[in-house]
Amino acid sequence: MSYQGFRSLLPKKDLYSFLVLALILVVVLPLSLDIFRLNLVGKYLTYAFVAVGLVLCWGYGGILSLGQGVFFGLGGYAMAMFLKLEASDPESTKIQSTPGIPDFMDWNQITELPFFWEPFYSFGFTLLAIILLPTILGYIIGVAMFKRRVGGVYFAIITQALAAILTILIIGQQGYTGGVNGMTDLRTLHGWDIRTDNAKYVFYFVCVFLLFVCLFIAQFIRKSKLGRLLVAMRDKEDRVRFSGYDVSNFKIFVFCVGAIFAAIGGAMFTLQVGFMSPTLVGIVPSIEMVIFCAVGGRLSIIGAVYGALLVNFAKTSFSESFPELWLFAMGGLFIAVVMAFPNGLAGLYNTYAAPKVDAFFAKLFGKTPVSHSSPPTPLPSKPTNTKTESVTLPQGVVHEQ
Amino acid sequence: MNKTLLSSFHVSPRTQGAGMKTWKKCLLTLAASLVFGNAQAADVNTTGLAVTDTTVKVGILHSVTGTMSISETGSVQAEKLAIDQINAMGGVLGRKIEYIQEDGASDWPTFAEKSKKLLVNDKVAAVFGCWTSASRKAVLPIFEQYNGMLYYPTFYEGLEQSPNVIYTGQEATQQIIAGIDWVTKTKGAKSFYLLGSDYIWPRTSNKIARKHIEKLGLSVVGEEYYPLGHTQFNSVINKIKLKKPDVIYAIVVGGSNVAFYKQLKAAGIDMTKEKPLVLTISVTEDEILGIGGENMVGAYAAMKYFQSLPNENNKKFVADFKAKYGKDIVIGDVTQAAYLGPWLWKAAVEKAGSFDIDKVRAASPGIELTTAPEGYVKVHPNHHLWSKTRIGHARTDGQYDVVFETKDLIEPDPFPKGYQ
Repeated sequence: MSYQGFRSLLPKKDLYSFLVLALILVVVLPLSLDIFRLNLVGKYLTYAFVAVGLVLCWGYGGILSLGQGVFFGLGGYAMAMFLKLEASDPESTKIQSTPGIPDFMDWNQITELPFFWEPFYSFGFTLLAIILLPTILGYIIGVAMFKRRVGGVYFAIITQALAAILTILIIGQQGYTGGVNGMTDLRTLHGWDIRTDNAKYVFYFVCVFLLFVCLFIAQFIRKSKLGRLLVAMRDKEDRVRFSGYDVSNFKIFVFCVGAIFAAIGGAMFTLQVGFMSPTLVGIVPSIEMVIFCAVGGRLSIIGAVYGALLVNFAKTSFSESFPELWLFAMGGLFIAVVMAFPNGLAGLYNTYAAPKVDAFFAKLFGKTPVSHSSPPTPLPSKPTNTKTESVTLPQGVVHEQ
Repeated sequence: MNKTLLSSFHVSPRTQGAGMKTWKKCLLTLAASLVFGNAQAADVNTTGLAVTDTTVKVGILHSVTGTMSISETGSVQAEKLAIDQINAMGGVLGRKIEYIQEDGASDWPTFAEKSKKLLVNDKVAAVFGCWTSASRKAVLPIFEQYNGMLYYPTFYEGLEQSPNVIYTGQEATQQIIAGIDWVTKTKGAKSFYLLGSDYIWPRTSNKIARKHIEKLGLSVVGEEYYPLGHTQFNSVINKIKLKKPDVIYAIVVGGSNVAFYKQLKAAGIDMTKEKPLVLTISVTEDEILGIGGENMVGAYAAMKYFQSLPNENNKKFVADFKAKYGKDIVIGDVTQAAYLGPWLWKAAVEKAGSFDIDKVRAASPGIELTTAPEGYVKVHPNHHLWSKTRIGHARTDGQYDVVFETKDLIEPDPFPKGYQ
């Protein structure tokens, strides 16, 4: 990529925030936290994948999905199935009535491995499944909904129903899925013990690396023509359609991207936490993920990462200090965010901290500070009333003020 | 020997005055220094657990928020009561127990996170906690990896025997076989309808029940499962009316219980007439609080403990429990099993003369408790408890009358041959 191309993909202020985040995740946290806490941060970061996907879908595309847990679960379960098969070799399961199959199948009187489990012996297939399963499902949902111009609240409700359906399916088919217990006691990856401290360090850095890959993809989409089209669609779908674009294709695309991000997060979750259960698939975790995104600021992909980190960090520390009252503290935090700073952490940062940070970097590099006069596309109060920012559509179609 | 010395100084905490307290403290310190004079922290703790010369830290890990909190609160209360009582007697190896409480929030990943925190960060010497099988399955690999000790209070499906868990509730065969034997012998039952919530415990339990019923040459006329939280039982009740079984064997859990027993009553099945008779292994006094005694009256329950058990240990336990948590509180089977946890751990530590997990584990089999509210219990080498099974008959006030008790302690058998 040429320097020019790079600069347009990552303008100075975005570059700074990427650098600060990288510094925190790669240097500061690993040096200052012990492995137990770092592993927790790794777990929080897996939710950040979902939140980044939601920034694209919801913040930019205006598609509010309350069912991202479905994709998180697909990725997580695919990875868990592979690890569970490896942990269920005939030697370590010889106490069962049918050795060589996962323990929960044995408890449910299943005597041979179901056919759809077979491919998960292959690690390559598993990785492929983590990407392809959510893409296919996302595509089907997308085609079914967006081609029929189902959107807004209706779409949110349908995704929520999907989360409920998948949970019920997993719990009901416990012989094949482990039911309420989920898939537990995952041990090794190609013979390498995933429970050791070393493995935790490796997974943490893999997780950070993948997160940055996703962040760059998100940034690329944001800065591309597609990103501007998404904003235009969010603010005035009909005008985009009348300009000759097939709106639903863009929506399907960005929804699938969000789904893949969520699935990668899910797979990393399984690796770092060591199990997968339906409590991460249902409606409640799906809504929680939207909250991470809202706290971070739904228009900021970097903010989404901070949002996921902050909310989960607060959850852990509140619940450690006040085991009986912590939910009230969490509730208070959410109300405060919505009431006081609706644009989330990113909104706060842009208003108060950004000028100072830029001045600091400018001093560091001896250049002029970047102007923050136009914060990243604020959300209009009403979706139909777009006075906020003129969106320049490609092909010279100008969105008038 | 240490145990007897200490307990000879035991004065019931509620009968002593303030002056007595200081005096007792002096004596206790004296006794402790005599007995453990040279047992410094390093000697009784070679693996770096959170043990000082005067204190030892343990963890309590239950859900105090979320859907499971109704069930698990009783366990937390019982564990705290036991810890208070042990501290009032001078603690464990002369060290006061300090507990760190964590909230599992009815969420299995949270249980895993918190158990790791307790073991890795806080280095607790033991953890009392978990309730559902799902939460236990989530923390089990962590306890095994970091070599912790978990005291798990709930009656459960068996099929598990971890070196890092002491199961203080009954495993499935203890609860089920005695109950079915009783109902066939005493009530002449010939046919059974099995019913349960759809997850591992009811399914495994019914599998054992079915095998046992078939072994006795009797018949199972129906077996059905409903998702957790299910509230529409009309269709199954109609089927039951059609099949006319002698016994409805119900393992419905949680909120579904309320709907099930109310709808049973509304459908005209009067449980006091015992046609059909209702036998459950999942409804303790805690659940009746939600169901309502008037909807439950006449049902039978098979478990190891009922609040109304008439022995002296239990009378003292119920009195102490009510003194601490109010007179309206009810105590169910699991609450009592949770109360045993700290006492079993104390006995094992004192037998081992050390807080080291490996030594406590080695000392655990054969530990006896004569002061248990349910009566005498003993730890089996398979880490489960020998215990009796009782049959309770539900009264309108939400309590059970104990109508039967097995003569001998039942051996725990988590991997029952011929029942899998």
